[in-house]
Amino acid sequence: MSATDTSLGGAIDPYRVGRGRDWLSAGGVGVGHVYATGHGEGGPASKRVIVSFGFWIFILSDIVMFSAFFAAHAVLQTAAAGGPSGRELFNWWSIVLQTACLLASSFTCGLSAVATEARNQLWTQLALLVTGVLGLAFLVLEVRDFTGMVMQGAGPQRSAFLSSLFAVVGLHGLHVSAGVLWLGTMMAQVFVKGFRPDILRRLVCFNLFWHALDIIWVALFTIVYLIGLGR
Amino acid sequence: MFGKLTWQAIPLDQPIPLVAGAVVVLIILAVLAWVVLKGYLPYLWDEWITSVDHKRIGVMYILLGLVMLLRGFIDAIMMRSQQALAFRAAGYLPPEHYDQIFSAHGTIMIFFAAMPIMIGLMNFAVPLQLGVRDVAFPTLNSTSFWLTATGALLVNISLVVGEFARTGWLPYPPLSELPYSPGVGVDYYLWALLISGVGTLLTGINFVTTILKIRAPGMSYLRMTMFCWTALGANLLIVAAFPILTATLGMLALDRYLGFHFFTNEVGGNMMMFINLIWAWGHPEVYILVLPAFGIFSEVISTFSGKPLFNYRSMVAATMFIVLVSFLVWLHHFFTMGAGADVNAFFGIATSIIAVGTGVKVYNWLFTMYGGRIRFTTPMLWSMGFLVTFVIGGMTGVLMAVPPADFLLHNSLFLVAHFHNVIIAGVLFAAFAGVTYWFPKAFGFKLDEGWGKGAFWLSLIGFYVTFMPLYVVGLLGMTRRLQNYDVAAWRPWVLAAGIGIVIMICATACQVAQFVVSIRRRDEFRDETGDPWDGRSLEWATASPPPAFNFAVLPNVHGEEPYWGIKRRAIETQQLSPEPKYEPLEVPRNSPTGFITAFFCTITGFALIWHIWWMVGLGLVGAFAVFVWFAWRDVVEYSIPAEEVARIDRARRRAREQWLAQHARAGEPA
Repeated sequence: MSATDTSLGGAIDPYRVGRGRDWLSAGGVGVGHVYATGHGEGGPASKRVIVSFGFWIFILSDIVMFSAFFAAHAVLQTAAAGGPSGRELFNWWSIVLQTACLLASSFTCGLSAVATEARNQLWTQLALLVTGVLGLAFLVLEVRDFTGMVMQGAGPQRSAFLSSLFAVVGLHGLHVSAGVLWLGTMMAQVFVKGFRPDILRRLVCFNLFWHALDIIWVALFTIVYLIGLGR
Repeated sequence: MFGKLTWQAIPLDQPIPLVAGAVVVLIILAVLAWVVLKGYLPYLWDEWITSVDHKRIGVMYILLGLVMLLRGFIDAIMMRSQQALAFRAAGYLPPEHYDQIFSAHGTIMIFFAAMPIMIGLMNFAVPLQLGVRDVAFPTLNSTSFWLTATGALLVNISLVVGEFARTGWLPYPPLSELPYSPGVGVDYYLWALLISGVGTLLTGINFVTTILKIRAPGMSYLRMTMFCWTALGANLLIVAAFPILTATLGMLALDRYLGFHFFTNEVGGNMMMFINLIWAWGHPEVYILVLPAFGIFSEVISTFSGKPLFNYRSMVAATMFIVLVSFLVWLHHFFTMGAGADVNAFFGIATSIIAVGTGVKVYNWLFTMYGGRIRFTTPMLWSMGFLVTFVIGGMTGVLMAVPPADFLLHNSLFLVAHFHNVIIAGVLFAAFAGVTYWFPKAFGFKLDEGWGKGAFWLSLIGFYVTFMPLYVVGLLGMTRRLQNYDVAAWRPWVLAAGIGIVIMICATACQVAQFVVSIRRRDEFRDETGDPWDGRSLEWATASPPPAFNFAVLPNVHGEEPYWGIKRRAIETQQLSPEPKYEPLEVPRNSPTGFITAFFCTITGFALIWHIWWMVGLGLVGAFAVFVWFAWRDVVEYSIPAEEVARIDRARRRAREQWLAQHARAGEPA
């Protein structure tokens, strides 16, 4: 879709939630793929549907990758090899704080979507900024925990348990880091290019990604930390 | 400065890889010089390298696959000739070199020959068969291709810079861990596969989205061609299985690079976890390869029998059944792990059951041919050769699904014969059938039938002469991957297999001749109608080669086999459907994003292999810069004016009218 498509539909904007049907009945044209949701016989789905659907598939595949790391951790959780176990290592308050940061960032990410829905540049940027700051705070806490453990001699080389712990938590941390980088570019794009249809589609994907990180954190919190504290 | 990379990495003392590498470099330089001197570089850049057209990307995938197929075949020739010579002797390949060859052969054949050819055929045919203009994410598609090419490049660099893995095509720990494989061979394997694996995953996402969300009006699920269904199945498997490969190889990389202990012998590492994880990807991978192959055979057999596919719906059900059950059989690759009788029994039964899905398909293909007017073209011959040969391979597979039998046959040449039997007859024959079937659609002229049939018969005979003896010698107790042996009873069978490979070399020569002869005589083989085989699905409803936008207007689908219906109506009414109202079309613009991303990934991968850390940083920063630059683009599509669309489509309609007039005269049904 080219930049000129912003004018599309005039007063009726197909990219706003719940407006698709009005726009269709208004005879929307010109979006490359138009007319149908794509799960029936009506022809290709709209770009918004295609992009979001594709990103969902990506998130599913990402969750499969995490599940392999979770499986490895489940196998190796008891393989402390005489080294420290979770009960001795985990800093309970740090984990609670990390969880709070991440959950709050999901909330502010949701607020940014509401602001985007209202096409409000200032509040979108503010909400995204807070989301990013919370994400960074999460990362700082996690890195502090990791360095503390390495300093105690409980690095990933110490035991298979610690290898899988650093890997699965670190992989989530890498995802958050990538998310923060992406968030920065999204803020710049929204600022420079405004609420263009392609930017809006990317914002939807970013929101999906950020919330998926939370879902993975919930699993991580349960499997790695809650169960790990009992060992 | 350059990490582990020194001049010692070039194997100056080993003539075979050095000469092979030199020849490859010379060929590449010669091709590059030819391209530059002839002034083809701008054409190559604009029309191919930066192309986001699914048809061009498909052709490039297939080209990559065929070149790598040749490379993997040369490895096979070396292995067979080594074993033919190494009876109570050393042969001509030292063990450390022989080990690299069998590892490279498997890696290349699966990841860089079979996968690219199958993905290439899907790229080329699926959007056309769905009656649409492109895949869901065209630029991502180009990125997928170039990431696959990066992996292939890294594997080939290992020929002359350093070494390749000596661990077999799946690097089982602890052999693949740092203490036992201290060189860069396993690292080449890891980064080549991690990078190309991302490309494959992106392909999976792209095609699942395309097939589920982008179809011509009226194209409901049960009107899609069988090839689209099997492509959907294969890509669902890619999305579900390839992340496991990435995770597993990532863990092995952590072990090797940062001293983790996922799969080591020490402090609690669990090497059997690697075997489980890798086969949780590996068995679905088998079906990722063979499902599209089943789709190709379905198209070919139906077209050349002049009949709709027999019991289409059971074929769809069998495909989806295989997709599900393929995740429940992975343990049959290592019954000897000792998981106990109950676990082995479960996986043995599941393995026997999955053969039922394939059995359904075999009967459907037979009944499609039954009562048909069969045309024995090259693609049809490949398909019939497949039917006979694949059934034998399937039988030996079911035999090995019985755990007690597997305990005897595990790791023997019987196993090697079995999986070559199913992969060559299934995937390779399908690749050749698909390439000859869709070649006229891609380039506008048919391939020479004489050379094609020669290639088929020599391949079929060569296959039996090579691999049937390996079944026997496997039963006689010969294990796989032997660099030399001294059992006299094996000798004649190994020699017979050596003769088989000579026949295969002749078959390969026929294949090359087929392409050369056909390209030279292309004007004789020209097809103007766009429908050279009297096809039944929508890819034949457009010109050959199809324009960038595929269809001037999206076809309206009213039933199964939509193009067959259009043709029947045209013959009955003695006229084409009325000329549509042409409108300007938006087509995605070319983008070098994929190529540049792959460039930086190659740098990053190479730097990681040789521990050149500053270069790793450079590559990653470069990749991020490409991402931002790509995100910043403003114009992603260009418009083709209605007059241009009309001009292209009217040329096709004129050819179709001539075809209609001829058929009116002959009075025969199409």
